[in-house]
Amino acid sequence: MSTRPFLELTDLCVSIGGISVLRGVNLMVARGEAVGIVGESGSGKSVTWLAALGLLGRKARVAGRVRLQGEDILHMPAPFLDRVRGARIAMIFQDPASSLNPVHKVGDQVSEVLRLHRGMDRRAARAEARRLFDAVGISDAGRRLDAYPHELSGGQNQRVMIAAALAGEPDLLVADEPTTALDVTIQAQILDLLREVRTETGMGLVIISHDLGIIAETCSRVAVMYAGRVVEEAPVDDLLERPIHPYTAALLAALPNVDGPRRRVTAIPGSVPDLVRLPPGCPFGPRCRRHTSACDAAEPALASVDAEHPGRRAACFHSSFAHARAPEHKEVVLA
Amino acid sequence: MTVPLLKAERLVRRYGVRHGFFGRKSTVHAVDDVSLTIRRGETLALVGESGCGKSTTGRLLIGLEPADAGAISFDGTVLPMPHEPGWRSSRARMQMVFQDPLAALDRHLTIREQIREPLDIHRFGSPSERAERVAALLSAVGLGTDHATRYPHELSGGQRQRAVLARALAPRPDLIVCDEPMSALDVSIQAQIINLLADLQAELGTAMLFISHDLRAVRQVSHRVAVMYLGRIVEEGPPDEVFGAPLHPYTQALVSAIPHPRRRRTERILLPGDPPNPMNRPKGCAFHPRCPIAGSACKLQLPALEPVKESRSVACHAVHGTTGGPAIRRLA
Amino acid sequence: MLRFFAVRLLRALITIALVVTFAFIVLRVSGDPALEIMSVDAPPEAIAAFRKAWGLDAPLWIQYARYLLAILHGDLGQSMRDGREAVVVVAERIPATLELTVPALLFSLAVGIPAGVYAALQRNSRTDRAVMVAAIAGFTVPSFVFGLLLVLVFSIRLGWLPSGGIGGLGHCILPIVTLGVGGAAVLARFARGAMLEVLGQPYIRAGSARGLPWRRVIVSHALPNAAIPTLTIVGFMVGNLIAGAVLVENVFSWPGLGRLLVVSVVSRDLAVVQCILLLIAAVMIGANVTVDLLYGVLDPRIRTAPLCAGAGRC
Repeated sequence: MSTRPFLELTDLCVSIGGISVLRGVNLMVARGEAVGIVGESGSGKSVTWLAALGLLGRKARVAGRVRLQGEDILHMPAPFLDRVRGARIAMIFQDPASSLNPVHKVGDQVSEVLRLHRGMDRRAARAEARRLFDAVGISDAGRRLDAYPHELSGGQNQRVMIAAALAGEPDLLVADEPTTALDVTIQAQILDLLREVRTETGMGLVIISHDLGIIAETCSRVAVMYAGRVVEEAPVDDLLERPIHPYTAALLAALPNVDGPRRRVTAIPGSVPDLVRLPPGCPFGPRCRRHTSACDAAEPALASVDAEHPGRRAACFHSSFAHARAPEHKEVVLA
Repeated sequence: MTVPLLKAERLVRRYGVRHGFFGRKSTVHAVDDVSLTIRRGETLALVGESGCGKSTTGRLLIGLEPADAGAISFDGTVLPMPHEPGWRSSRARMQMVFQDPLAALDRHLTIREQIREPLDIHRFGSPSERAERVAALLSAVGLGTDHATRYPHELSGGQRQRAVLARALAPRPDLIVCDEPMSALDVSIQAQIINLLADLQAELGTAMLFISHDLRAVRQVSHRVAVMYLGRIVEEGPPDEVFGAPLHPYTQALVSAIPHPRRRRTERILLPGDPPNPMNRPKGCAFHPRCPIAGSACKLQLPALEPVKESRSVACHAVHGTTGGPAIRRLA
Repeated sequence: MLRFFAVRLLRALITIALVVTFAFIVLRVSGDPALEIMSVDAPPEAIAAFRKAWGLDAPLWIQYARYLLAILHGDLGQSMRDGREAVVVVAERIPATLELTVPALLFSLAVGIPAGVYAALQRNSRTDRAVMVAAIAGFTVPSFVFGLLLVLVFSIRLGWLPSGGIGGLGHCILPIVTLGVGGAAVLARFARGAMLEVLGQPYIRAGSARGLPWRRVIVSHALPNAAIPTLTIVGFMVGNLIAGAVLVENVFSWPGLGRLLVVSVVSRDLAVVQCILLLIAAVMIGANVTVDLLYGVLDPRIRTAPLCAGAGRC
């Protein structure tokens, strides 16, 4: 029997207020795996995970399947989901300061999870919260338990968020832009912490980010999203070496280096498409340098590119390794 | 040599801050003893983390805020303050571009009207010349004539930032101050603006102060870069040199912290602790509590920004050999 | 902390001085107490004697100076109508007014807040719209009109409840509801707005993401935050309640401060009017200080946040 994925999203679709924001997302996360989701605004990278965990609220219409260890949890009743969220899959968000309740002490917000998911009493929960604060690198943990979020820095608040996420001993942590609101030296600390936690607990990790650099450092596999779909999926190193989808290649080329010879970045022309007025066919078509008339006729599906590389999939009519090896891209990517 | 376009000497800016609802007042040195020059046609970048005083420095330089001490001269003369005569004409020579283009644009005016407005205010040429200039500016920033008749909300973020740039360039300023001009934009759009800024700079020769936390973008557009930490410049030099071989331990950490797809993570220098609170500035070198190589002198004495070679200066005891601790180690 | 109270106290004193002066001017300039109390056809000698007895023959500014001096000595004067100490006259009416206002405030809180919260939770549903329509009606219809409507329906049509006067529990119901309904309507609207604002905050979603049951997210995370802005309105409502009591007590012939005030104003019984005004001012100032202190209890950010004193950003 092949190993069953821990979490499997099948044809996940979301529409909010009649606008289709997610148009059939297929993704798998194996137990203990670290997967990165990269995309720009409107790509649906956050919505995918909010929808999977039932966090979108009543205005959103969600269809498809979200299988957690084989069991479809998408339209399960709230009490069931409450035992999934935080306990089996935890999620942390971009802005740590506003993701914590301003009127409660941070220690209490972590203890709350411990009492809920691990049935601890007040004293045990406080002791465990203190241990977790130590584990996530909050100095002076005993005193910080009684601090309010506004008394802590952004980095410390994100550590509290991670502590609260770890409190339920989840098998998977979904981190939505966990460092975007933080300074770069603090970002480095938080990414380091996430890696450390993973090696210690064997927890799976999904990092949602607009920054391929962050994902390259923390994940082994990456899915690139554009306009509500996954357009390319690959092991991180392969993707960076040889991007298949023109959008991925363009994203990499648009990223300036901080060292090495200075070169002009190659900007992607145009702008991220409006979800209300998607172009016909491939949504990246109008910005794509390999655009042909076939691209306007139909939207390419995410499919395996090469039998030899089963982990590499792309949604492009022109996808093949021949293109990926094209010198223009090689020069850009390996510059 | 000729006079620099902008010369700031020992600028200081303090704010009074009260701790808690009923607490005592204390003083925050947002900008502390900052001296810098911008030559004609040069782009100087100010980099640093939040609260390091880079934006405040930008506002002081352009005269949006008064300095508590220090002197600013623009083109050889002292910069007038907002209430003084001559401020208005000096404003035409310095323009500012902010992070959020939607907030910077008037939503009741079309893009063409917005770009034309500074030309009308500063009485630039005849009406037909103004119209020509607007058209030239639009094409310079990569906007088509069809964008000119639209309103800000009808444009994308990148297009709006282009419009803001066109408006800033309209009165032919000598200096443009860009405060985090790309942080509100998507990755693919940031690259467009980076290239646009570099091109405009090369073509028009406008001097620029580029304030950003994004070292990668800074490297693309600037001739010189100044790294700030807690209100002071700690290192200055050409970006390739500063980022390629940083001297100050803070710059080293900052450079190594940038996540990059093609770099091994083992090179990273992890700084302990939080970014410091400007309300609670450490004695001596402000960076010493987080510094991996701080010596005894660093806790007591503030290091001065001193040249290490022709193009570079750094404020670090370790580099100048005055620390009493181990010598500086360089990033390979 | 001390500075905070010093500023409050000073502001309160200025407010009270203004209230006192204003009342003096309005009451003295607009009519003659001697004529109002003695009636117009009283013999001229009697009126002159009354004026002399109450010092009404002195020039206006001397009367004012005397009056202020007396207040500073803690002497609020005697009622011109029955000669007793004004304080006593006012004090004996306080319980009756409290019997109305305190339950009315509780009624406002008990009806308005749950209605607003419920409407917010059911946003854009029929319930939400119904609550909002009722709330708009509740504070646009003046309380005396609403009171008369209630009397018409429950006393005259149905005969369930007495239409006025003081007595058992039955006598209280209609005045309390009349007095409380405006506040309930304001609170419902405000609580709904505050709740919607809080429900949109990231920490609500983050709470759900940690697996907290929705009920718990609402009770322990949303409500405490929504209470903070709602509290401001409760402070204002105390003032409205007193103004409402004046009208409602007159509609239901309730022997409280409101009726005393109206009677005293009509008869230019200055000492009593002043005494009531001072009491109202004190109650409102007290309510505002209480609200400010409660803010500190509810919102830890106010207790410890650094506040900007300078021109810069924080």
